[in-house]
Formats: sequence, structure tokens, C-alpha cells
Amino acid sequence: MNIAEMLSYGFMQRALIGGSLIAILCSVLGVFLVLRRLSLIGDGLSHVTFGSVALALFFRLHSFYMTLAIIPVVLACAMGILKLAQKARIYGDAAIGIVSALGIATGVMLASVAGGFNVDLFSYLFGNILSISTSELIIAAVLFAIVIAGVGIFYNDLFASTFDEELAKSSGINTDRINAILVLLTALTVVLAMKVVGIMLISALLILPAASALQLAKGFRTAICCAAAIGVCTVVSGISLSFVMNLPTGATIVLINFLTFVCAFAARPLFRRR
Amino acid sequence: MSGAALIIKNLSAGYHGSQALQNVSFSVNPGEYLGICGPNGSGKSTLVKVILGLLPPDSGEITLLGTPQLSFKAWQRIGYLPQGLQFFNPHFPATVDEVIRLGRLAGKSFPKRFNQEDTRAVERTMEWMGIAHIRGSMIGELSGGLRQRVLLARALVNDPELLVLDEPTTALDPETRESFYKLIFEMNREKKTTVLLVTHDSATIGKYASHLLYLDKKVIFCGNFDDFCNSTEMTGLFGEHGQHLVCHRH
Repeated sequence: MNIAEMLSYGFMQRALIGGSLIAILCSVLGVFLVLRRLSLIGDGLSHVTFGSVALALFFRLHSFYMTLAIIPVVLACAMGILKLAQKARIYGDAAIGIVSALGIATGVMLASVAGGFNVDLFSYLFGNILSISTSELIIAAVLFAIVIAGVGIFYNDLFASTFDEELAKSSGINTDRINAILVLLTALTVVLAMKVVGIMLISALLILPAASALQLAKGFRTAICCAAAIGVCTVVSGISLSFVMNLPTGATIVLINFLTFVCAFAARPLFRRR
Repeated sequence: MSGAALIIKNLSAGYHGSQALQNVSFSVNPGEYLGICGPNGSGKSTLVKVILGLLPPDSGEITLLGTPQLSFKAWQRIGYLPQGLQFFNPHFPATVDEVIRLGRLAGKSFPKRFNQEDTRAVERTMEWMGIAHIRGSMIGELSGGLRQRVLLARALVNDPELLVLDEPTTALDPETRESFYKLIFEMNREKKTTVLLVTHDSATIGKYASHLLYLDKKVIFCGNFDDFCNSTEMTGLFGEHGQHLVCHRH
């Protein structure tokens, strides 16, 4: 099968466009999260998404409305992680663990009460970007615009807070507000990324392109651009390869990302010597 | 007193119920070089954090450059250099140029964007500090001394009226430390920048500071450095031989 033939399918066009948009979001936010040692927030929020999806399936919501319905739940839980870390005198990782466990427990409980959700829940756990519909692609494009605009508007504050929170505060930056913005943008992205790699592998899409870029980049802006490029390339090649070889798309994307990270790690001395 | 760079009145502050500062009052005039010293746990760093708004006080008033701290917004008029970065990541992908530029965010209104004036200010500061040749280097790849110099450049990029330094040379070797202090002294002399220097190094204060604040949760001494050298507090704190160690100006 040649590339032209592959691209002639409408579902492949939607998958490649949607996947690329989501890859850019995950990679850009991933750089901030990895450098702030908040990498696992993606994992925590994806578990919350699992609980929210179970809730939506419990009420038999259509997949189009499902995305819209779980967004406020995941946003509320994201704020819950921040508030827990601030008010309960615990570190962020413990707060992520608490909210994450709550999400999983809720999901399992609802699945049990409903007598199992058959294949639906499974598709959300492992993702299926090839089944993205036009209406879902529109939602993805709107959320992409919101998140990219958020990052663009607050880019310098996000950079300053990521570099050193105390120095940022001493410059008059409201770091609590910036942290909240970062976590909320991440929550939106996690909901979107669920479709590409599934709930189980979302954190990989947030961490791996950023981690690869950090091996090579000299400069913060370069790291962001490099992460976005790696994210798009790995998602596009993962979708294409999985289609041609009939492999699970989410897992293929993650494995290609891992190989890219290994290559970037090996090439690091060459880039740093420049 | 109304034209003071900093006025602290009856300030008390601390962490989780324990008071690190008790009823502290003092003022600093424009152009003064105030050395702040005291034993471990005397509240020096707490004082800096409260002045900069990083820690809310339990009680008391702070006036920064003529404005009550609670309504103070012109953070570009104040430069801050900590002992080191809070959780420094040696692999952080920021160049020297990018780090110094971050200093220009202070005082900018939403949405915060850099302009040509910011670029010129960064260039000017790098030239003045003698670090223009490393503008493209990664911050994590620099030596401790150079890194502190870059962070000092970040603090100075707005030409601040008040510079707050919290034990800035702790991790530096003696030679680098000396050149660092000379640079700050030069700036205090040439640009009339008000300097607040927290240090354990009493000999440094003797060399460069015009005024001294000795803290031990409360103010033990605050005033002109020469007055301190002739005071009973000096002998009480540093012993009979302290005169040469602390008060000898080179």
C-alpha cells in the first residue's frame, strides 16, 4: 500500500490531523511538566478520565457528548490535586496518587455495578485514533486552539515558574495562578489524548517527546519546538505503521516514541558538544 | 525617613507557628549598602522572604520604595539574588540569554511580551557583567561562580533601585567570591543602588557595607558600620579580637 492510497481514506486523514494536533499539545505541555517534576500528573488525570468515562458509559452518553461531559469532571479533579497539595500539607505526588486512586476506584465500581461495559471501556483504555469522527475532530481542533492560546499567552510566566518558582514570585508572577493554568491545560489535553493512545498510555505521550527533546535542545524555546516536532513525527509514523502492519495504534505510537528517546539519548553527546 | 528605600515597622514572621522574626523595625536609605548578619536561625533569610513578598508576615508593616508592600507592583525596581536556585536542574534547557531575559518580566503587564528594549537591556547587562561571550551557553553547564554571575545579571537587568542578596556566595571559592563582592560594591558606588546583603561572612561586611543590621530574631544592632565598630555590641558579639576581623576596612 502506498502513501497516496493510505491518505485517500477519510478515517486516516482524520486520524493524522487529530493525532498531530494532540501530539503537539502533549509535547509542548510535556516540556513544562517534565521540567517541573510533574510528569505523573498525566497518569493521575488519565485515571480520573477512566472514572469519568465509566460514569459517562454508566449513563449511556453518546461518544460525542462523552468528551464534553468528562471535561468538567477532569478539570475539577485537576484543581483538586492542586488544592490537596496546597492545603493538606502533602507533596504533589501524594495528591496525584490520591486523586488517581479515586478515579480508578470510581471506574471499577461503576463498571461492576453496571455489570461490565463490554468493548467500549476497553477502547478508551487503549485508544483508537482511527475511529475518530468528524465531530470529535472538531472538538479536538477547538480544544487545541484553546490550549495553544493558553500556552502562548502565558508562555513567559510558565517558563519563569518552571525555571525557578521563587525567582518567578520575586518578579511579581502569581505562580499559584500559573500552576493552576498549567494543570487545567494538561487536564484538557489528557481528555483529548485519551482518543489517541488511550487512558493507559497518555502519560507516555506527555513524557516521551519532551524527554527526547530535552536530550537534544539548547535553549527553552528550541526544546518546546523540538518536542512538538518529535511528537508529530512519532504520532504520524505510529498511525501509519499501525495501519499498514495492522498493529494497535496507541502501543505503536508509544513504542516509536520510546525508540526515538533511545536515539536522542545516544545522540546527546554529539548535540551537547556543539 | 519618608524617602527611605525600605522601611520595616514592628515586623513579626515565621513558619508554622514558630516566630523567626519578632518585632523587627529598621529603615534603609537610598544608596546605602546594608549588611545583614546574625547566627544560624536568626531570621535573616525569613526577613528577605518577607520583604520580597515570598512569605506573608504575621504582623507589621513593610514599605518598599515608598509604597506599602501589599500594594507594591513595581517589582522591576527590585532585584533579587538567592543563595542558589530552589530546585536547580543542571539539565534545564535554558541559555544564559534566556535566563537574564526572564528578569525583564518583572513589572510587565498582561500579556507579557518581550520587545527590543528588553533585548537591548539584556545585551547591556551582559556586556557590563562581562558575560556576553557565554550568552548561548546552557545555564546548567556553567561553573557555580559563572551561574551566580548570570543570576546576578538577571537581578540587575532592570537597573533596580534596591538589590537584595541572600547569601549569594555560599557555594563559591574565595577568589570568585571576592570578585563577586567587588562587582556589587562597584555597582553600589557607581549606580547608587541600595544593597541589602545577607551573609555569614562578617569580614565581607566589614570590607564593603556602609551599614550593618545584626539580627537574632530581634534587632541587636542597626546603624552605621563605624558606629558598630566602636560599640559594646561589637565586643559582645565578636569578642575582643573581633575589632580586627570585622572592622578592618581594606
